[in-house]
This record gives sequence, structure tokens and C-alpha cells, in this order.
Amino acid sequence: MDVFGSFALLLAFVCAVYAFVGGIAAIITRHPLLVKSTRQAGMATCGLIFLGTFCLEYLFFTDNFSIAYVVSHSNRDLSTFYKVAALWSGMEGSLLFWSFLLAVYVLSVLITYRNKNGELMPYVGVVMAGVQIFFLTLNNFVESPFKALAVSGATDYFTRADGNGLNPLLQYPEMVIHPPNLYSGYTGFTIPFAFALGALLARYPGEKWIHLTRKWAMIAWMFQSLGILLGAHWAYAVLGWGGYWGWDPVENASLLPWLTGTAFLHSVMMQEKRGMMKVWNVWLVFCTFLLCILGTFITRSGVVNSVHAFAQSNTSSWFVGFIVITLLVCFGAYLKNRDYLKSENQLDSVISRESSFLFNNLLFLVACIAVLSGTLFPVFSEWFTGDRISVGAPFFNKVNIPIGLLILFLTGVGPLLAWRKTSTESLTRNFGRPLLIGLVAGGVAFAFGFRAFYSLMSLILCVFVAATILLEFYRGAKVIRARAGASLPACAIDLTMRNTRRYGGYIIHMGMVFVFIGLAGAAFNRDVQKAMQVGQTMEIGPYTLMLQEVETKPERNYTAQRMLVEVLRDNKPMMMLFPEKRNFITNKENGTMVAIYSTLKEDLYVVFAGIDPETQMPVIHAFLNPLVKWIWFGGVVVVFGTLVALLPNRRSVLVLAGAPQPVQPLPQAVTSSVALREGHD
Amino acid sequence: MKKQAKFGVGIGVILVALGFLAWLGYGESKTYYHTIAELQTLNSSQRSQRMRVGGTVAQGSIRHFSGRVDFVLEGEGKALPVSYGGSDPLPDTFVDKSQALVEGHLGSDGRFVAEHVQAKCASKYEAAPGGDTKGAAAGSTQPSSM
Repeated sequence: MDVFGSFALLLAFVCAVYAFVGGIAAIITRHPLLVKSTRQAGMATCGLIFLGTFCLEYLFFTDNFSIAYVVSHSNRDLSTFYKVAALWSGMEGSLLFWSFLLAVYVLSVLITYRNKNGELMPYVGVVMAGVQIFFLTLNNFVESPFKALAVSGATDYFTRADGNGLNPLLQYPEMVIHPPNLYSGYTGFTIPFAFALGALLARYPGEKWIHLTRKWAMIAWMFQSLGILLGAHWAYAVLGWGGYWGWDPVENASLLPWLTGTAFLHSVMMQEKRGMMKVWNVWLVFCTFLLCILGTFITRSGVVNSVHAFAQSNTSSWFVGFIVITLLVCFGAYLKNRDYLKSENQLDSVISRESSFLFNNLLFLVACIAVLSGTLFPVFSEWFTGDRISVGAPFFNKVNIPIGLLILFLTGVGPLLAWRKTSTESLTRNFGRPLLIGLVAGGVAFAFGFRAFYSLMSLILCVFVAATILLEFYRGAKVIRARAGASLPACAIDLTMRNTRRYGGYIIHMGMVFVFIGLAGAAFNRDVQKAMQVGQTMEIGPYTLMLQEVETKPERNYTAQRMLVEVLRDNKPMMMLFPEKRNFITNKENGTMVAIYSTLKEDLYVVFAGIDPETQMPVIHAFLNPLVKWIWFGGVVVVFGTLVALLPNRRSVLVLAGAPQPVQPLPQAVTSSVALREGHD
Repeated sequence: MKKQAKFGVGIGVILVALGFLAWLGYGESKTYYHTIAELQTLNSSQRSQRMRVGGTVAQGSIRHFSGRVDFVLEGEGKALPVSYGGSDPLPDTFVDKSQALVEGHLGSDGRFVAEHVQAKCASKYEAAPGGDTKGAAAGSTQPSSM
């Protein structure tokens, strides 16, 4: 099976090269048969990558420990669930997984547009094949996952007859879904990139490529968002340090393309509506793609010292080479065809939709540059000064918290500003009440002792933004109700379905508001640590924790040392929590299982921190983290909103249903529908 | 022209303010990487900087005291005694012969006072791609969530 798998990958490489070279020939000769055969070569590449990936999974499932990658990432007793995840638990497998996910996207694009956009698709195909060639080169010749144990270069593996086992940190359900999501985001941005570069090279007329890629960019963005949040949740639930974001290089790497991708999803509207920012958009897509490659590189190469980083590998030069070549190609294409990207309009007013997009993009870009420079600071400082200097969380927080709050402000303001110029009267109408509600909420919170400056600002802005969004839904729904007479919630749903893009966008914004509420809670985190004997108690916030029992429990794959902690509130027993440490039998590694009692108000987060070596008493570390649940909830809302925005618009069904009555648009309905048109789409 | 000037001022104010904050944060958190051998060659002002030092935990050197843990880091044939007094528990991967990264200051007696300890297991080809080490890397002394 390993020979079969590596052969499939080799053939995939050959097909990708054909799709690339043949594609260029097809563009030059415009021979229809050549166009068709290169497209089929592209599809074959994807099929062969699927085959190679399934071979590796098959080797995991059959416990084939003659393969270096299998023996070092799995063991006989590992459950099926984690044998799937073992695929992406190391360098070679995750690079193959990259190819696999990219192949899913490429195949979907090739099939979706097989009979459409004949002028553009050969260019897109060539770009996609180029990216595939790079990853297949790594899969075949640099980091092959099918290396047998005896092969030189695999001697570093510490071998056991039944396998070395999967890293205990990865043996957690979220670890099975977090990497696929994040990787789907990373790989997904290849498609907008291929369309942008293809359209630029082809001088494809109009804004069609923007329309074509919007859907793909949103899918990639959704996976990226989900991947980042799942990663944060995994860190929170598994690492046991009480937080979810540590500005670790790998976390930062996943945030970078998300920032530029989010900027892109907003600034495309400028191009669609006003024909502006064309150069900017093309470069945003290019940068997003390059940051995805950089992110993969940072994660996989250990170029920056990170707790995530894998051992230094020989892939670094390949990645740097690919990034440089891509940058040169992008720059060349831009210089050659830059006249094609001329802007059709100019900015008219500081208070307009355009300028809100401009500032939105500026802020996302500054955040991206700050995170990027902070992450790569050790590398660059070593080049320029010889000293390897790193910057920590204070740097990232100082810059990004104000940026985050400014963006949050724009989230509320931007969508309600009119294109070109907004009148003072419409400003008062749209923002008067929400601003008042926000300030009142802030005042109440302040009175209740909510004093941290950024958190208070965040709260005021969150309430303000939420109010503007709800007001928008209410106004729109009221117009429909006036005509159709259905209930307000039904009208709100109908409204959303009529303009999914705009109202889906609002739902996403609402999700981000929830995320910000959760982030604001971090200013009020508390923690207590205590060595305890059975029967002793500790206090944290309103809770009393009592250690009831310490038990050692052998499981199939590990031995668990479990603390039975009873939680009391006002001297009344509430529940039991079971924080534990797991000692994995095969590789003698330890894993921590955090026990979390989560409510919308706060999380009670209890960790068994180990045995105090002096007193031999177990140490319990308890955290009280307010509002954390809102972050995960916000993530769910963001994904839901993205799915809504991906739906096609529905015709106004409710109006048709109410057709028997003569439809008389009311005067206020007319003014409101003017307000409607000011929106996203 | 006036319109563009308005935008220029707006953008300028934002960039200058953020640049200033970045500079503050940089000053607060910059940390120098050094190898154990390099420590002896540093001048007095360099010795007072916040730094990060990596090495291998010497066999049998980990000793627990109340409120602190002492151990010896080895690298390039040199040894560095370290005291860790942080509140976070040491990571699960911190054992004899593991590779460790300590962050803190060099004491006047040549002993390194660590605030954070990260460790990765040496017995495996790869380091943990997450690391309990994060407990040490970004633990309670640096509230680092956004």
C-alpha cells in the first residue's frame, strides 16, 4: 500500500506538471482539445492525491508499523477516531493533507466552471496547477509520508513494535476538527488567488472575477474563522493555563490571512459598487494567499521559536523559494497589466460608505502588519542587529486591542452610511438611539464596578453595534409586515432571505459582537492555586471547591489520575468536577484534562496541576474566567451568518402570498426602503 | 485637495497613535535570545536585559524546594544554574534531558532567575505541536488573551 500511495502521488505530480505546462500551451494556441485535456489532467491530479491520502489512512488503520510516519504517530490501541487525526499530526502527513484539501477545492472549481468562463478558466487552471506542483514536490521528494523505517533519514524515530503513539495533546476531540478547518481556510484562499491572478493575466473584462470568487473567498474565510476559534478553544480546554490566546507564532500565523481576507471581503464591495480600489483588492488577495503559505511555513518549519514549532526541517528553503517566486509572478503580472486596474471613481466625503471601507481596510492591514512584524521580529532582528529579540503579549495587546475596538466601531457605523456622502440627518436617525443605548449600558456597567477602560469601551461599542444591527432588522421587517402582514420574526427571516448577502453580513457582525463581549471578560480573570488534602477546601469567587477523593484509573491507552472535586455555592453542593492528568502508556507522556463548568456569565476552570513534590499533596489550580462562553457562541453565529450569506437571494415570497389584498406601500415604507438600499448590497 | 488632506490627517493620527503603542509594547516585552556560552561574553548592560536561554536539562539536576525549582541547563559544553519561582506548574514535558527554554533575568550571582519555562520532550523526533509548555510560555504572569 505504501508503494501504491507513493506512486499515486508521483503520478499526481506528473499530471499537475502537464496541467501547468499544457495549460500555458493552451492559452497560447487556444486549441480547444488542449484546453480540455489540461482540465482533465487537473482533475486527474486531484483524484490521484485523494488516492495517495487514502493509502496513508489505510496504513494507519491496518497498523502498518513498517512505515516511519505511522509508527511515530500512532499505536495499536489508539482509537479509530484519532487514527484519522494521526494523518495530520506530523510534518509529512500535514503537507499531504494540504494537498488533499487543495485538491478538493481545485476539483470543485474545475467541475463547477467546466463549461463556463472559457476565456478565464485556462489561466485559473494554470495558477492552481502551479500551487499543486509546489505541494506535490514536497509530498514526493522532500517530505514523503511513505518512507519505510529502514530508509536512512528515518533513523531519528524512536521505535516500538506497537507504535509510538499519538502526541497526548492531540488526543482530544477538537484536535480532530481544528486542523482540517484551519487547513481548509489556508488552502481555500488559493482559489480567489488563482482567479485574481488569472483575471489579471488574462485582462479579463469587468468585475466578473470578483463575483466568481466571492463565494470561494467566503467559504475559505468561514473555515479560517472556525479553525482559529477551535484552536483557541482547544488551547483553552487542553493546555490548562486558563487562557485561549497567547500570541504564539502559530496562532498569529493563522490570524494573518484572516485579517487580510476579512479586509478583502469588505473592500470587494467598493469595487463592485463603485469600481474603486481595484489594485488594492488584487494585492489583498495576493497577500492573503502569500500569508497562507507563510502561515503553513511558520507552523511547519520552526523558523520562529514557538511551542508549536516542529523540529527544524529542510522544507524552509522550499517555502521561501515558493513565496519569492509567487511574489515575483504577482509583481510581474501587476506591472504588465496595471492599466487594466484603473479606478473609475474617487472618494467623495469623509463620512461615507467608501471612507468607512477605507478605514476598515487600513485598520485590518495595520493589525496584520503589527502581528506579522511581531511574529517575525526574532528573525529580522537577528538579520539586522545580530541579536535575536522577541516581543511578547504586551506588544500585541497594546496595538491590537485599540485596533479591534476601532474596527468594532466601524462594524456598527459602516453598513449604515450612504455611498458617496451621508447627511447629518440620516446620521442622527441611524445612530442616535443605538449610541444612547450603548452609553446607558456603559453607565450601568460602570456603576456596577466595571472599570477596566478597554473592557468598558468594548461593552459600550458592543451594545451600540448590536443595537444598530437589530434596528436594521426591525426596520426592514416592519416594511415587509406593512405589505405582507406576517409576524415580525417571519418578516425578519423573509427579509434575510431576500438579501442574504446583506443580512448574512449583519449576522456575522452580530457574531463578532459576541466574540468581543467574551474577549472583554478577560480583564476580570481570577485564579487561585492551592495544595490540598482530601477533605480540604478552597474559595474562588462565589464557589467553594472541596477535594473529595483522588483516584487512579487505568484506561486502554493511558492511566488517569483523577481528582474528584465537589463544587459548592452558598454551602450547597452544586456538582462534581473531575480534572485529571493522563499518563500515556506507550510514550510515557502526560496530558492534562481540564474540568470546566461554563455559563454565559463565567467559566469555572479547574486544573489538576500536579503533585507537590515536598508535601505529596495534589495541587489544584482554579480559574474564574468571565464571559468566555460568548466567544464560542459568537463563533457559531459567525459561521451561521456566513452560511446565510452564501445562500442565493430568494424572491419576495411573502409579498406574493399576501397578493390578494391590494398592495399599498405606506409612506414610511418608502423612506425605509431608501434606507434599505443604503445597505450592503 | 482639502478632502484628501482630511483623509491624510485621519490616517496619520491613527498610524502615529498605534505606532506609539507598538513602541511602548516593544519596550515592555522585548526579550533577547542567548545561548548559554554567550552569557559570559555579555557586558553589564546586556546582562540586565530580559532574556531567553535554551538548553538541555542536566540529568538529575531538578530539585524541588518550597516556592521554587532549581535545575541546571546545559548547552555547548557549558552549564547554567536556573531557579524557577513562577506560579505556574512546570509543564508535563519538563523532565531530565528534555530541551528547555527559560525566560527571565540573569541574577548577580550568575544564577538565572526564570519566570517562564518551556520544555519539549527530547525522546521524540518532533516537539509537541502545542505544548503544555504554553502554561509556562504565556501563563498567569502575562495575561495575554486579547
